[in-house]
Amino acid sequence: MVLLLILFPLAMAALTYAVPSDRARPWLLPVGALAQLALVGVTVFAPRGEVSAVGDWLLLDALGKVVLSFITLLFFLCSLYAPGYLALRADRPNRIFCASLFISLSTMSLVVLSRHLGLMWVAMEATTLISAPSIYFNHNSRSLEATWKYLLIGSVGIALALFGSFFLAYSSLKAGLESTLLFDQLISHAPQLSAPWLHAAFVLLFIGYGTKMGLAPMHTWKPDAYGEAPGIVGTLLAGGVTSCAFVAILRIYQICRAGAEAEFAREIMIFMGLLSMAVAAVFMVRQRDFKRMLAYSSVEHMGILILGVGIGGAALYGALLHLINNGLTKGVLFLSAGNIHRAYGSKLTDDVSGAIRRVPVSGALFLAGFLAITGSPPFGPFISEFTIVNAAIGSGQFLAGGLFLLLLGVVFIGMGATVLAVVQGEPVEAKQPNGFRDGLSTCAPIVLLLALVLLLGLYIPPPLEGLLREAAAFLEVKR
Amino acid sequence: MLVHILDPVLIVALALNFVALGVSRIRAVITAVALQGMLLGVLPLLVHPGIGVRGIVLVVVTIAIKGFVIPAFLARAMREANIQHEVTPVLSYMSSLLLGAVGTALALVFSYTLPLADEHSDLLLVPASLATVWSGFLILTTRKKAIMQVLGYLILENGIYLFGLLLLEAMPFLVEIGILLDLFTGVFVMGIIIHHISREFSSTSTEHLAELKE
Repeated sequence: MVLLLILFPLAMAALTYAVPSDRARPWLLPVGALAQLALVGVTVFAPRGEVSAVGDWLLLDALGKVVLSFITLLFFLCSLYAPGYLALRADRPNRIFCASLFISLSTMSLVVLSRHLGLMWVAMEATTLISAPSIYFNHNSRSLEATWKYLLIGSVGIALALFGSFFLAYSSLKAGLESTLLFDQLISHAPQLSAPWLHAAFVLLFIGYGTKMGLAPMHTWKPDAYGEAPGIVGTLLAGGVTSCAFVAILRIYQICRAGAEAEFAREIMIFMGLLSMAVAAVFMVRQRDFKRMLAYSSVEHMGILILGVGIGGAALYGALLHLINNGLTKGVLFLSAGNIHRAYGSKLTDDVSGAIRRVPVSGALFLAGFLAITGSPPFGPFISEFTIVNAAIGSGQFLAGGLFLLLLGVVFIGMGATVLAVVQGEPVEAKQPNGFRDGLSTCAPIVLLLALVLLLGLYIPPPLEGLLREAAAFLEVKR
Repeated sequence: MLVHILDPVLIVALALNFVALGVSRIRAVITAVALQGMLLGVLPLLVHPGIGVRGIVLVVVTIAIKGFVIPAFLARAMREANIQHEVTPVLSYMSSLLLGAVGTALALVFSYTLPLADEHSDLLLVPASLATVWSGFLILTTRKKAIMQVLGYLILENGIYLFGLLLLEAMPFLVEIGILLDLFTGVFVMGIIIHHISREFSSTSTEHLAELKE
């Protein structure tokens, strides 16, 4: 069953690739995504607890359940947007684009399901490589530059993660243990692991996977890649790939925790989390390019996730909830920004204003997405950010909590200026008017995403609550 | 035991780092990286003399990919783009060499602070690995030609591979092949991108890739 979760999207990729028509092909995306969503649902809520396959290498554990369900749901919602979008982009062939989306769904699932350090690394590398063609979808010099930076920086990050994985393996070799890269064994052996090697391994793995997550100062690929990629790819990168990298970091953190090195890891995480928020805040103020602004917002929220883990306790639950809230809200923002970009033929605030009159639905969604992502009630991110701040104050970490609130305020102001410049004012005419109007196919998926964000702000469904609690407990447990 | 010729081989591999750091002719750097790849490919035989058929296959595949396939690929990309030199590196060759030397010295010092398993305690592998990673990183970040950046990445990978040798016996086959596969696909995809860069700009300098900035 677990194996099927990886093989089915691959089969869909092959099928998609085989379909000859550029117009019919995109419809396979929602169909395949819905089937995968059903598969994941059945597996996650199966009565038997943990499901494993291929020896102990693949396992759907409590953390995996949360992240896998979320990634699949996000992929499904994005796939609803794809046919409408690709119909507008009939100028570009979409065979490779559609197939690589399915392959990336498969590799992302593999990252989450891996219980083996090496396998997880291979899957993460595959995710990096397979995203490159979709970033290059527009085939112009700017998207080429973005793809180049993405590949180069991503590959270096992944190389460092491999180096860290070797260090971790060596720490068990040094301890005279039978060398293993399975997480369960690493966690149970963690107290005996050689501390200097474990420290070095954590730093390298954190930098390596942190690069993939887009934490400052390794975030420099992000504005370019998110800025140039189609909105749908931006969503999947910001919600899916980064979540995978976050899972990888959590797995390593779990080993450190079991090895009584949690303090060491948490100090690094609190620092890096706040640094990412600060860097993002600086670059978001006076940002003229609203898609790049979203990329910096992603840097900020990756910082929040890592900070949440660093603070620990209830903040861990908050971070997991925020993973979902942030991903869904990023979907609202990237897709509505994509519509606005299309309507004006520009993504600079110099050329874009009055979006709420030119494309009323997309403009309103963009504005609502902004309010949600900056933590305004009653949207989901407010709840998760509040949980994190509450945990920080409750556990006496006033400095981290205070800086967190301060930076959220700066981001709100910085981001607000750009968003309002886009949404308000007199609508300017596009340089090359293209007659783009809001339509059902390009707006309905975004409304759905926003509805979920709103729902999570008002009411967390008990099954989700249960999964989140289990995952947080799973990460906190000392084995 | 062939361990006693291990250190001289590693020193040659380190010397090749400095060649790569100090010359501007891309052809020469490709040759240096190819040579380093071949040397590294042979190393498993020196570290673990009795590695059996599986090990021999790994050695042959490593030498083929690192020593021949990738260099040939890059040499072709270089000819297609018609460039021979890294013209204006961010960091001068002298400073690159100097920083490389400092990094190598620090790698030696740092690796003494790391506790090694008894059977590895007198090997140069760990400092050589750290120094090579550092050199690769330096080239990657301070050169502007796309091919040079890929070469830097390859040197960085070589450094990581050196460390992997310590774990050769303990690590499963899949991981090793994964490394080689990723190395190949990584460079393969980068090769495709380089091809697009040269078509788009008729040169593979990433200097043209400077539209996206703050």
